[in-house]
Amino acid sequence: MNNIPLAEEHRMLQIQILRHNPSALLCDSDKGSHLQTFEVEEALGMTLFIALNEIREEQDPSLQFDFVCRAGICGSCGMIINGRPGLACRTLTKDLPDVIVLAPLPGFELIGDLSVNTGKWMRGMSEHLETWVHNQELEEINIDVIEERMEPRLAEQIYELERCIECGCCIAACGTTQMREEFVGAAGLNQIARFRLDPRDKRSDADYYELIGNDAGVFGCMTLLGCEDMCPKNLPLATQIAFLRRRMAMTTG
Amino acid sequence: MNRKLNLWPARLDLLQSLSGLALVVFVWCHMFFESSILLGKDAMLWVTKMFEGEHFFGEPYPLLVSAIAGIIFLLVALHAILALRKFPSSYRQYHRFHLHMNGLHHSDTTLWYLQVITGFLLFFLASTHLYTVLVQPDNIGPYASSDRIWSGRFWIMYALLLLSAHLHAGAGAYRLAMKWGPASLTGSKAARHKLKTAMWCIIGFFLILGAASLATYMKLGYDHRDHIGERYMPSSHQVQQE
Repeated sequence: MNNIPLAEEHRMLQIQILRHNPSALLCDSDKGSHLQTFEVEEALGMTLFIALNEIREEQDPSLQFDFVCRAGICGSCGMIINGRPGLACRTLTKDLPDVIVLAPLPGFELIGDLSVNTGKWMRGMSEHLETWVHNQELEEINIDVIEERMEPRLAEQIYELERCIECGCCIAACGTTQMREEFVGAAGLNQIARFRLDPRDKRSDADYYELIGNDAGVFGCMTLLGCEDMCPKNLPLATQIAFLRRRMAMTTG
Repeated sequence: MNRKLNLWPARLDLLQSLSGLALVVFVWCHMFFESSILLGKDAMLWVTKMFEGEHFFGEPYPLLVSAIAGIIFLLVALHAILALRKFPSSYRQYHRFHLHMNGLHHSDTTLWYLQVITGFLLFFLASTHLYTVLVQPDNIGPYASSDRIWSGRFWIMYALLLLSAHLHAGAGAYRLAMKWGPASLTGSKAARHKLKTAMWCIIGFFLILGAASLATYMKLGYDHRDHIGERYMPSSHQVQQE
């Protein structure tokens, strides 16, 4: 039996992209921000990542968007797809209507078109929340000695939270972050939950309270649950935030 | 290292949730008491007398009702001032939230905004209702309440209050469960789905119960419109008088 699909009619997709190039503001070529429509013929198994590359290669080489891994691991291609944040490389065009509207993730510095500087935001968050192992003994550690063993179950729990790829979708999906830029968002709170689990990090709950025990931290979360529902890695963000909220509410001076 | 943590953000967050929980429990219990009219005028009178302490002290003390209303008023004020911190507070914040919500089509985000709107309405509606009970505690009963609702045209306010309070309370109870656990403990989508279905069922149940009792009060008030001010006599008394 011949199962090879024959050439068949494919949909013609209308991809509308919010174009804006902040660095072109001073040039004569600046057109301001506008929606530009591109037509792309859908192919079998086509992802938005493939469609965008096709547009850039065949229609407009000036189109800016980010990607590295094309497999949902690097977190570079986060964008707003028909109003919702998602990864372009993990979004199949067959799941979308004929008209697809793409916009950059809000809340991050715009580089141009669909490209945003999530790295800058994540680094700021990381420095603010000190998302690294705090342990004074580490300074005198003998690197020739084998590391202390960790229970596989605990290692798995840490790894589960470590799966965050910092794509920024949870930040773009969060109504609180959209209103209040100082809020650290689910990506930040997830990091705190991750280091709190790690036995190599010697910080106490009081130390964590100093970082997230305020309205820019865990108490700022209004439980709108956009982060939980739109995380491309399906991280248990609501569970982690509820856990931190309970721990921080029980913290004493 | 000895340091002083500022525990107020934690306390305020906890207080907001606890005051909300207490109000949800109150509103849901309140519905069963006020809907006693569906069982008849005598049943409603019995509940009224119970809150006035007549079953315990032998004679009614309407001030007890005022006291409950006063406590609830304070609780509402506390919850309102704490919840106000979460409201959008500038044009820019409203604008950004609207853009976000309209694009996202995410039910929990929209539900939160519904809580902002109903919360705002409740500032006025709950205050009006509580003030009436606070200053006229003796003006509750099968005919007294029905006259207020129909001839006093309070039914408009009560209909809006019913809708706002139950949407706000139901959504608030669901959010509380997700905010502190236990619903978010497992992270299971199925558990959350069940909880949300339960929330809509509870909201639906109380709206139907409330609408049925409001309609009953309106009908009683309409029939009693020519005798405003007259108090209901329990049917046992009526039999004795005959």
